[in-house]
Amino acid sequence: MSYDYDKWIRPGKLPHIWCPGCGHGIVMKGLIRALDICGLEKNNTAIVSGIGCASRLPGYIDACTLHTAHGRAAAFATGVKMAKPEMTVICCGGDGDGTAIGGNHFIHACRRNIDMTYVLMNNHIYGMTGGQFSPCTPTGAKASTTPYGNPDPIFDISKLAIGAGATFVARTTAFHATQIDKLIAEGIKHKGMAVIEVVDDCPTTYGRRNKFRSVVDMMKVLKDTAVPVVAAAKMTAEQLEGKILTGVLYQENKPEYCEQYAKVIAKAKGA
Amino acid sequence: MAKKVAVIQGNTACALGAVYAGCNFFGGYPITPSTEVAEVLSEELPKVGGKFIQMEDEIAAMASVIGASLAGSKALTATSGPGVSLKQELIGYACIAEVPCVIINVMRGGPSTGMPTGPGQSDVQQAKWGTHGDHATIALVPSTIPEIFSETVRAFNLAEQYRMPVQVLFDEIVGHMREPIEFPEPGELEVINRTAPTVPPEKYKPYDTSFGDVPPLAAFGSNYRFHVTGLNKAQDGFPTTKAEYVDAEERRQVRKVESPENAANIEKNEEFKCDDAEVLIFAYGSTARSARYAVNKLREQGIKAGMFRPITLWPFPEKRVAALGKQVKAIVVPEMNLGQMILEVERVTKGSCALGGVHRVDGEPINPDQIMSKVKEVM
Ligand SMILES: Cc1ncc(C[n+]2csc(CCOP(=O)(O)OP(=O)(O)O)c2C)c(N)n1
Ligand code: SF4
Repeated sequence: MSYDYDKWIRPGKLPHIWCPGCGHGIVMKGLIRALDICGLEKNNTAIVSGIGCASRLPGYIDACTLHTAHGRAAAFATGVKMAKPEMTVICCGGDGDGTAIGGNHFIHACRRNIDMTYVLMNNHIYGMTGGQFSPCTPTGAKASTTPYGNPDPIFDISKLAIGAGATFVARTTAFHATQIDKLIAEGIKHKGMAVIEVVDDCPTTYGRRNKFRSVVDMMKVLKDTAVPVVAAAKMTAEQLEGKILTGVLYQENKPEYCEQYAKVIAKAKGA
Repeated sequence: MAKKVAVIQGNTACALGAVYAGCNFFGGYPITPSTEVAEVLSEELPKVGGKFIQMEDEIAAMASVIGASLAGSKALTATSGPGVSLKQELIGYACIAEVPCVIINVMRGGPSTGMPTGPGQSDVQQAKWGTHGDHATIALVPSTIPEIFSETVRAFNLAEQYRMPVQVLFDEIVGHMREPIEFPEPGELEVINRTAPTVPPEKYKPYDTSFGDVPPLAAFGSNYRFHVTGLNKAQDGFPTTKAEYVDAEERRQVRKVESPENAANIEKNEEFKCDDAEVLIFAYGSTARSARYAVNKLREQGIKAGMFRPITLWPFPEKRVAALGKQVKAIVVPEMNLGQMILEVERVTKGSCALGGVHRVDGEPINPDQIMSKVKEVM
């Protein structure tokens, strides 16, 4: 299948700011394919981000785009969606943005099951500020603020989303580029809060400090640690040690927030 | 036909004023003494097809308000004390991205959790300087229940007209006090909506200064699409670090409030017996209620007192206060803080008259006697 990338790239805004080898560009390309697959209308599509390298994505897309403050994408997006439930609302941003400073907004958007799709780019680090550890930096890894190795345990973003009440949760990696569009498209079509975690890489601030010789090495790790959920079902706990599950991890149908609020309006008007 | 009258709380008047102004989105988080604004709107907004959402914290509430406004809503949030502090970063976002919205601050004592159920006026400088970076501020300080209603309407008007956040500050005393109000009929008070663009969508720039200092604002989900960021941006809305763009945009955003013509339109004051006054009481919010009483009492005693009451606190009514400073022998500034607006009065009067402050931060209102003895002391 061929995709209409030109339709969705905002004229005059490339080149992007990302470093060579950064995974965020792969995710953006996947997102564009998903927008194309879903046949969305530009004027009716809002793309909302926080702050960080990943959060610069909306500027490159020809839609209604909102680059907010660090961590606040889900909260701004909730306002947009509540005001105009007919719009398709997509959030995107990094692991630091979405799960550290923005963790509260992220879990509450999941809990409300508001109809949005959150594309969370997990590169395990604060890229934009030069490589400080995030809640997703592996324990023991080196970051600019963990010179002795990271003492912190990590968040499993997908589990967090499921636990918080998101009704569509999927994960893939920047290596599995063709899966990115499919999962995002499924998320967009899903009525309710969809979280797509894309595990990607930051060669500049993470790879460099953690003895990856090249971006290819980082991609290899993504390839080797990813296990599709179907395959994982047949594997032992031991075999799954250190692996990440990919594919649709969770899906259910539950009342969607804006639809629930429409009932509140009907009640108030009838009363 | 007789007008609808009721005896209501200041917080209720605020909520009903918002509905009158066409508010159709409220994002909030409960906090004393502002909570009733949210409670009333949770009931009233859905009746008119509006949306009410209780967010997970005040930061989220402010974010939802900005998002809703960009999608074309007239959006409001209300909070107090710690909640106001939490909102500061995003108030700055609304300033730089030029997003109309209204923030109600029902002031209590502080800092920190302070005195949740006690009144204060200690956020008046925060209203001006709370968020980081240079920016202009519009803040209104009503002092009666009917005025809370009408100033909430005016706050929406100014927010829409100047494309920016507008703060309304009143304190716990008027927030919780009940007073009679005669509700204005629809159409009686002016209601202003933001100017929408008329250019073809492909020509639209969200910060196009060829339309003046307040460029038209389109809505997400309309025929226009555009980019919004909290970074310094050029007229097309995209980030820039080019010195000349950044400088021009920063200055324009201040000018749209503080230029003499615009400030004159935004300023609103009450002058009570100022014409022949020899001593002036500069008072705002609930404190002005005691000041008015003090003026009358002092006049009975043969002291020519007057009261200047800013209803728009920011931008500060510099010219008028400076002129009055030359007319009177002394200005007394009572405020429920340790001396905040008195600094502005001092700045603009430049030593032309004596100054005296009456300050209270014990959760008790300033009473007329305190003001009167200060007047006698400075005269
Ligand atoms: C309130 C606030 N705190 C801190 C920052 C500084 N800051 C900017 S981006 C960033 C981290 C971004 O990391 P992440 O979200 O993981 O995205 P990445 O850059 O790795 O794509 C931080 C801490 C900020 N902009 N605002
Ligand atoms: S610093 Fe890292 S996350 Fe940021 S653009 Fe470069 S590679 Fe990507």
